[in-house]
Amino acid sequence: MNSMAARRRHPATLVVMLLLGLLATGAIYAAVDSGTSAQAADQKWSETQVETGKKLFAEGCSSCHGLGGQGSSIAPTLIGAGSAAVDFQVSTGRMPLAAPGSQAPVKGVIYSQAEIDAMAAWVASLAPGPAVPSDAMLDTSKADLAMGGELFRTNCAQCHSFAGKGGALSDGTAAPTLMNATPRQIYTAMVTGPASMPVFSNATLTIEDKQSIIKWISSLQANDNPGGLSLSRLGPVTEGLFVWVIGLGALIIVAIWIGVKAK
Amino acid sequence: MSAVVKAGGALAEYTDERLGIAPFMKRSLNKVFPDHWSFMLGEIALYSFIILLLSGTYLTLWFKPSMTEIVYNGSYVPLDGVKMSEAYASTLNISFDVRGGLLMRQIHHWAALFFLVAMTVHMLRVFFTGAFRKPRELNWVMGAGLLTLGILEGFAGYSLPDDLLSGTGLRIAEGIVLAIPILGTWLSFLLFNGEFPGLDFIPRLYTVHVLLIPGIILALVTVHLMLVWHQKHTQYPGPGRTEKNVVGFPLLPVYMAKAGGFFFVVFGVTTLMAAIITINPIWAFGPYTPDQVSAGSQPDWYMGWLDGAVRITPNWEWNIGNYSISWNIFLPAVVLAGAIFTALGAYPFIERWATGDNREHHILDRPRNAPTRTALGVMAIGFYGMLWISGGNDIIATTFDLSINTITYVLRVAVFVVPPIIFIITKRICLSLQRRDHDKLLHGIESGNILRTPEGEFIEIHLPLGDKEKAKILGKVDHVPIALESGVDENGVANPKGRTARLRAKFSHWFYGDNVYLPTAAEIEAAEAHAAHDYHEQHAVIDDFRGLEITSEPVLHSPAIGGHESNPHQH
Amino acid sequence: MSDIATPGTTADEHGHDLGDLELPNGRPAPAPLPHEPRRADVDPKAARRAERQVSTMFIVASLLVLAFLAAYIGIDKNVVIALPVIGTMSASNLALGLTLGLALFLIGAGAIHWAKKLMPDIEVVQERHILESSPTDREEAISVFQAGATESGFGSRKIIRRSLITSLVLLPLPLVIILRDMWVTPSDSPSPNELLSETIWTEGERIVTDGSYRPIRPEDIPVGGLVNVVPASLEKVEEAEGTLNARAKAASILVRMTPAEIRSQQGGSAEEPWDVQGILAFSKICTHVGCPISLYQQRTHQLLCPCHQSTFDLADSAKVVFGPAARRMPQLPITVDSEGYLVARSDFQEHVGPSFWEQGAS
Repeated sequence: MNSMAARRRHPATLVVMLLLGLLATGAIYAAVDSGTSAQAADQKWSETQVETGKKLFAEGCSSCHGLGGQGSSIAPTLIGAGSAAVDFQVSTGRMPLAAPGSQAPVKGVIYSQAEIDAMAAWVASLAPGPAVPSDAMLDTSKADLAMGGELFRTNCAQCHSFAGKGGALSDGTAAPTLMNATPRQIYTAMVTGPASMPVFSNATLTIEDKQSIIKWISSLQANDNPGGLSLSRLGPVTEGLFVWVIGLGALIIVAIWIGVKAK
Repeated sequence: MSAVVKAGGALAEYTDERLGIAPFMKRSLNKVFPDHWSFMLGEIALYSFIILLLSGTYLTLWFKPSMTEIVYNGSYVPLDGVKMSEAYASTLNISFDVRGGLLMRQIHHWAALFFLVAMTVHMLRVFFTGAFRKPRELNWVMGAGLLTLGILEGFAGYSLPDDLLSGTGLRIAEGIVLAIPILGTWLSFLLFNGEFPGLDFIPRLYTVHVLLIPGIILALVTVHLMLVWHQKHTQYPGPGRTEKNVVGFPLLPVYMAKAGGFFFVVFGVTTLMAAIITINPIWAFGPYTPDQVSAGSQPDWYMGWLDGAVRITPNWEWNIGNYSISWNIFLPAVVLAGAIFTALGAYPFIERWATGDNREHHILDRPRNAPTRTALGVMAIGFYGMLWISGGNDIIATTFDLSINTITYVLRVAVFVVPPIIFIITKRICLSLQRRDHDKLLHGIESGNILRTPEGEFIEIHLPLGDKEKAKILGKVDHVPIALESGVDENGVANPKGRTARLRAKFSHWFYGDNVYLPTAAEIEAAEAHAAHDYHEQHAVIDDFRGLEITSEPVLHSPAIGGHESNPHQH
Repeated sequence: MSDIATPGTTADEHGHDLGDLELPNGRPAPAPLPHEPRRADVDPKAARRAERQVSTMFIVASLLVLAFLAAYIGIDKNVVIALPVIGTMSASNLALGLTLGLALFLIGAGAIHWAKKLMPDIEVVQERHILESSPTDREEAISVFQAGATESGFGSRKIIRRSLITSLVLLPLPLVIILRDMWVTPSDSPSPNELLSETIWTEGERIVTDGSYRPIRPEDIPVGGLVNVVPASLEKVEEAEGTLNARAKAASILVRMTPAEIRSQQGGSAEEPWDVQGILAFSKICTHVGCPISLYQQRTHQLLCPCHQSTFDLADSAKVVFGPAARRMPQLPITVDSEGYLVARSDFQEHVGPSFWEQGAS
């Protein structure tokens, strides 16, 4: 304690502390700011990955998105889409698309994670964009579950419903269910805004916020139903259907039994 | 006589010495109730109401009707530290910290759904069988009142926990109140003690939910049942049943055991549902705040039609000077709802005026025998169904992968087009069923077996009508439409009452004009004599046929053909 | 007992007049069917079997009630049980509900079974009495009423009658007027339409994220982005007022599109635009019946209400393109402050939330 106090009085202390403070601020800023972190994370891709990705892209994606990923009349440009967009679209089976339409349906995933990474690396090499998260960014062990619920209800429930079951959007499109979404997909969806979904940047919904939301969605996926059978968590519609069909049905069967003459 | 029975007798004696109720008791215990499953639907409603009173009383022990904001620190971890109203927190407390509290909540909510389902189907039964006719019109009106109150009570009840779903419902209700011309804004400010949501609405709603409406319902139910008791129950047509009697079982012991037992069954089924099926998981919805909403926000089923009507009404709003009329909300939520309940309550009087039927009715109509009424009823169900579908248009869109916009456009048309089609189809079906009844009386039941007589003629075998079936058909009342009177009197002067009379006659014709009259007693007699003859002849042929069948039987078992010599008339 | 007769037996023995068995259409009613005895009526063994079945149901019900008590005491409220289909649920709820529900069901089923198998199942016939009274009774009742009414002078003493009716008509007024203070209105309170027409957004009010209350810079929102926002002062206002009233009107959303995509805005000029580099702010409260809406579909720039599907085109002054809403979503004019954070230029220029009668006067 004494030695610490003594050193603090040293004239150089002020300079060192200032430098340390700046460094720390910079580090935190780098972690928080989406643009910076996107570029930082993308640097981990190897040259081989980028090369492989380029080949895979040329085979599977270029017919719509163009050989250079510049897009076409039927597909958007991928320059600046970032690795996160590739990861989300391909790992959920939305891409490659069978036929152009207003909303890409979820199909079977046809690429391995390594292949997806390679394509992501190539798209990331075109221009900076939202990057796939590191494992540390998806670590929800310290996330605040209740805060995640609040943020989910404010930012997500209006489309995906309180239970994460999805909901209707305009003209035949829909917000998908989140029941099968992985933490990585939840994250990449938020930063890239696929299809109708708007982008929730890391500046307005910080990494910590996103971790809380991911934790909340994971709790929804756990199928905890304190009261019993959830009836698909569709709210009063299924409850009403149930009471009309099964509930009333059961009581009418008893009523008929009461009325039938015994043998 | 067992000791128990003796003791009961002694108690009756003790009571009678003080109250003099022996004659009443004698009459009551002997009171006859007809037995039919559809007569139990009203009982489900009554029993659900009792279950609601019991479970609701439990819930009041812990529920705090307060909108004061607190921070939750109870045992439901996912909401730990979240700001919420005391009402919501106490509902979480009931669900997660009171043993059996969640069960009580779920019983209460399932029972509420049962209450409204049962009232609805009971009302449909009464409607389609014409049980509302003289002398029971007053009980119908009371029933319509009970249904209306039940819907309000249900809405008040599920709004109390102040969760995100019900809060959204309250917000919509406030928007509807605001849309009432002239008074709306002030009404809203009075109800909420100022702006939405304020701090007072839930405490106020609580009093309405636990005292005011249940009190009125209890009083109405009592009178409703006293009238059923006093007027005696209606019965379906059948053997030995006339307008002047009731055929069934006496209150003591059979009806008491059956109806009493049924109470326990209803309570049991409700409790079993509450044991294994989640209802209204308010913890999953989250606490109400006016800036959050969930996709797929729906009201309970009995409000769904109203929400549906609001969804499909086009965006009409009139601005006259400084004032606005929001037809897009006022029309479906206030005008339509008011019109529907008024029409419901007034129906017996409308039908009586239109048909001029002033007789007492204790034997129920089979729905086919009142085709226009039945068609009107099914049409109303169709209309209600269209609104219901509209209320769930978003769930339908996602479930069946359709466009919500297309569904809405289609429903805007369907709500007007589908019900009349349903009316026409239902009426046709009823009339053909009447015709079939008519034929059954004359020719018996078509067996579906075709016979070729030895002369080469093909005939269908008709079996004689069973006594029960015959009695059912014969119980029909042939209504005759009111005759069209001349619009002018004998001097050629227009009758001032002529227009109304003509309208009424037209209405009556519309109502009863297509009626298929029962054959006369003489026709039936002749037909029966004829049928007996036919039957005899047919049976001769059938016997021949059977004989052949028997003789051919060995063919199936062995290649040896034999038995041709056997007597074709043997059995 | 004189009005009770048993069908299937000759009615005369019971004093029941068979001539009554006539249908309303004038036809003779078909005769009642003869009673068919049940197995328990003729076979003592069957009767004993039914007795055993009934008593077994009652005994099991008793055991279940005891099981309920045991479950109440024995099962901790936090214990959960994993079940197929259902998932994880409260063990206490399941045990209490199953035991109580089955006990109730068995008591009911036992009683019904008892009635069906062992109590008499011969239908009895009871005569109905005409509901209306005899003409003499009715006439007498009416004359008693008329005599009383005449004696009261209600008909002849016009002044008494009219003054009484007047006072009774007036009497409900106090009962209605006393409800006026259901809205306890301070003497300086603005009128309802003034209150409904203003929010706590003011010039220079910082726009912060809903839930975490962070101020926002334009560069924080990418094109296609959505932020649910509230005024920075909301937290303090809510603390002071203790209500959610301010939130119910001030909740808003920020969206960003490329400036070229914006076809029209509700206001602003080249010098004082209502957007900031394509960032637009709108009320979150639906103009239909007030649901908070932020279903922003970034590709079509449409905002959809999950309650009644009203749809607004945010790229085109948020005008209504579908659904029951009549008014566009009000736009909040925004700019950036000296520190580069987004702030409101003023309050909304149109009232937020559902329409109301006097809205044009505001």
